[in-house]
Amino acid sequence: MRMLRNLCLMLIVATAAYAPAAAAIDRAVVEKLAFGDTSEKLEAIAVLVTEGDPRAAPVLAALADGELQTAEKRVLIVKGDRATDAVTGEAVAPLPAGREDVVANNRLRREIGSALAALRVRAPDRDVRLAAARELSDSADEAMLPLIRKALELEKDAEIRSLLEMAQATLQLRSPDRVTRLDAIRTLGQSSNPSMKTLLLPIVSKKPDGAFAEPDEAVRAEAHNSLKAIEGRLEWGERFGLLFAGVSLGSILLLAALGLAITYGLMGVINMAHGELIMVGAYATYVVQNLFRAYAPDVFDWYLACAVPAAFAVSAAVGMVLERTVIRWLYGRPLETLLATWGISLVLIQAVRTIFGAQNVQVENPAFMSGGIQVLSNLVLPWNRIVIVIFAAAVVTGIWLLLTRTRLGLFVRGVTQNRAMASCVGVPTSRVDTWAFGLGSGIAGLAGCALSQIGNVGPDLGQGYIVDSFMVVVFGGVGQLAGTIYAALVLGMVNKFIESWSGAVIAKIAVLVFIIFFIQRRPQGMFALRGRAVEA
Amino acid sequence: MGPLTSTFTRLYGTKGWLALGVFAVVLLVVIPLLNLAVPETSPYHVSTYWVTLIGKIMCYAIVALAMDLIWGYCGILSLGHGLFFALGGYAMGMYLMRQIGREGQYQSDLPDFMVFLDWKEFPWQWWGTDHFLWAAFLVVAVPGLLAFVFGYFAFRSRVKGVYFSIITQALTFAAMLLFFRNDTGFGGNNGFTDFKRILGFPITTPETRMALFALTGIVLIVALLVGRWLVTSKFGRVLAAIRDAEPRVMFCGYDTVHYKLAIWTFSAVLCGIAGALYVPQVGIINPSEMSPANSIEIAIWVAIGGRGTLVGAVAGAGLVNGAKSYFTQAFPEYWLFFLGLLFILVTLFLPNGVVGLAAKLRAMLAGRRPAPAGVAEETA
Repeated sequence: MRMLRNLCLMLIVATAAYAPAAAAIDRAVVEKLAFGDTSEKLEAIAVLVTEGDPRAAPVLAALADGELQTAEKRVLIVKGDRATDAVTGEAVAPLPAGREDVVANNRLRREIGSALAALRVRAPDRDVRLAAARELSDSADEAMLPLIRKALELEKDAEIRSLLEMAQATLQLRSPDRVTRLDAIRTLGQSSNPSMKTLLLPIVSKKPDGAFAEPDEAVRAEAHNSLKAIEGRLEWGERFGLLFAGVSLGSILLLAALGLAITYGLMGVINMAHGELIMVGAYATYVVQNLFRAYAPDVFDWYLACAVPAAFAVSAAVGMVLERTVIRWLYGRPLETLLATWGISLVLIQAVRTIFGAQNVQVENPAFMSGGIQVLSNLVLPWNRIVIVIFAAAVVTGIWLLLTRTRLGLFVRGVTQNRAMASCVGVPTSRVDTWAFGLGSGIAGLAGCALSQIGNVGPDLGQGYIVDSFMVVVFGGVGQLAGTIYAALVLGMVNKFIESWSGAVIAKIAVLVFIIFFIQRRPQGMFALRGRAVEA
Repeated sequence: MGPLTSTFTRLYGTKGWLALGVFAVVLLVVIPLLNLAVPETSPYHVSTYWVTLIGKIMCYAIVALAMDLIWGYCGILSLGHGLFFALGGYAMGMYLMRQIGREGQYQSDLPDFMVFLDWKEFPWQWWGTDHFLWAAFLVVAVPGLLAFVFGYFAFRSRVKGVYFSIITQALTFAAMLLFFRNDTGFGGNNGFTDFKRILGFPITTPETRMALFALTGIVLIVALLVGRWLVTSKFGRVLAAIRDAEPRVMFCGYDTVHYKLAIWTFSAVLCGIAGALYVPQVGIINPSEMSPANSIEIAIWVAIGGRGTLVGAVAGAGLVNGAKSYFTQAFPEYWLFFLGLLFILVTLFLPNGVVGLAAKLRAMLAGRRPAPAGVAEETA
């Protein structure tokens, strides 16, 4: 079958070369496509591809979409109640009676797919060409080699060119000619596409009987070099990917821990319900999302603009109520605070379970956050992760401005450093406590809003973050916002780097054990405030 | 009276010994008789369900005692005591798994989960666990050693207060993750279950259960007495001094690290023993016992009963777990509300727990000022 096709192709290529001014779209070929059996149809497709006439594309597309019909001897493209003649392109009206569908099986569809790509690779529109070139570099066929070559002569765009060159090299690798193969291998060596690696691998590997698949030593050596080059570039992709994953995890840890850095770090309140305040923020996002879906589906993509302040407000309100009713009676008794806030966390979890159910709820990403940027062939940065990194940076900047540039920030710092003196100069310390606790809780709500975009939202959401958050704050050094930022990024990176060679669970354990030992060495964290040694 | 007897008798007053005696008789004579000798149709029969439940709660009471020794008397709040409990349980569990023999689903010498993972032999952690004595040694040694090493570094670096609580929580969290892995060799998230026999006796018969129950009761009473002896000795007074003002104790020339390390390790060993008694009675051990939530719950038992009174810790464990087994059956939705409110209300309004409350009420009835915590136990 394949031989027959190739033979047929060669013949056609030969005739095409001798008859450059052949008719634009051959009636006989189209009829073969419409009336022939599968193998005849395949031949017809090959002919259309070899001729490379862009006008053949609609016919093939119609065949793939089931829009190609026959009426007696005519071949029609029927779209709804309108029909055009497949050969001449003239409109046919009214629709002739007694039409029959031209059936395309899966095999045929596959062929049509790559044939269409080959035809479209010379289309005037750049995006169409790019898509076609992508498809070709993945699934090219020998029949398309002349076409690709022709397209390469005309193509100016670098990206499309490189894709086409890859497709060409893929085809040339199968060539019996040694020099052609060598050329192809050199071209492949400039790629950074993992699928090119799989093309080269069989060349340097041995067959089961011990002989090399590629008989020529020079070709093998060249393939080896090319492989090395590709692997080198792929490694860079992996390294950048790892780095980004580390930054991404770090920014998530940072968001989760920032609120705690204020309530615990600055105020000294051990808030075990911090994770649940994150969870409350995530549920607030969920509610806002549902409201948008129900009442304003047109602007659904903008629901986050509303959800971010809502998450902040709800969590801050919950936090302020807690501070007023429970936590303020326990200042200066950290272990009691720990137990009471743990109780609060249990109540919050159960409350959410009672209201929203124990199952996870669905929070959908806005359209602009799905997908990602392709940086390297094996490195795609997802938009939602990028947005979260930016969001974390924005929140940090906001808190920094709030603490250093506003009156509330001044009061918070004053009360932290010397409560009695602050009170003496007229700072309403108890109100400042409430506001500061509300601020920390609100930031937890922001974290919840961010987390809802990348993970499951359920009543247990917060439980997974409470240990991590405390680790970050303690590691960075209590009372140090800058320390929290460094700690989050360092822990995120370390976690991802260990993860890359040991798996996620071991990485997590290693990080926890590392922190335990670290605290033994430096109980005040990375950035210690100086104090009396014995009370340290 | 010789010096030993006098050491012994001065632990409690006459009323205290009387109460303890009644407690012991109920646990070791009355309940076994009502369970084994009284026929099931009789209204006085104590069913196996109750025996298991009370046995389980007694194990928790031992844990609460251990927690009280370090938190109530030494001011160290551990959020990782569930880890020591689970380690003791796992050590015993390994022995019980070996006792299953070839009666597992796959009729192999290896436990079912190992056959399932296609392992050919026992990993190194399992060495010697077919001998009861080695397993019993592990029950004490593994939690003890871990606590000793961890405590040595922590106390030497003067990690204390909330910092210490948080790193103990991290420790148990890390251990939980480790035990969840199948490769760790302890059955992954299913843990150990389907035990068949212990020391050759079938594990589900009422007689074996009662033996385990009685053993737990004896361990609880002994632990209570040893704890009482510890806290009333000079050692115990130094512990209380460390709790109240550690720097002063240091300046008086005591090396507080040794004291803290000793009571910390003892507490961990006690937890390990409790875990080892718990597993054969409940019939399962899995990594969720190490979850931070379980460990922090131990603290609330002690807080409810009354910190710094050993009887209070035991009572607290009984009260909370009794309430838990009632609530989770009657109103499963409200248990977390109840537990959460318990945490909040007890820390806000009952700093000395129910024992403190009882003492206060008694004092009010007698028209006197409330006695300070700790004295209450003298009369209990």
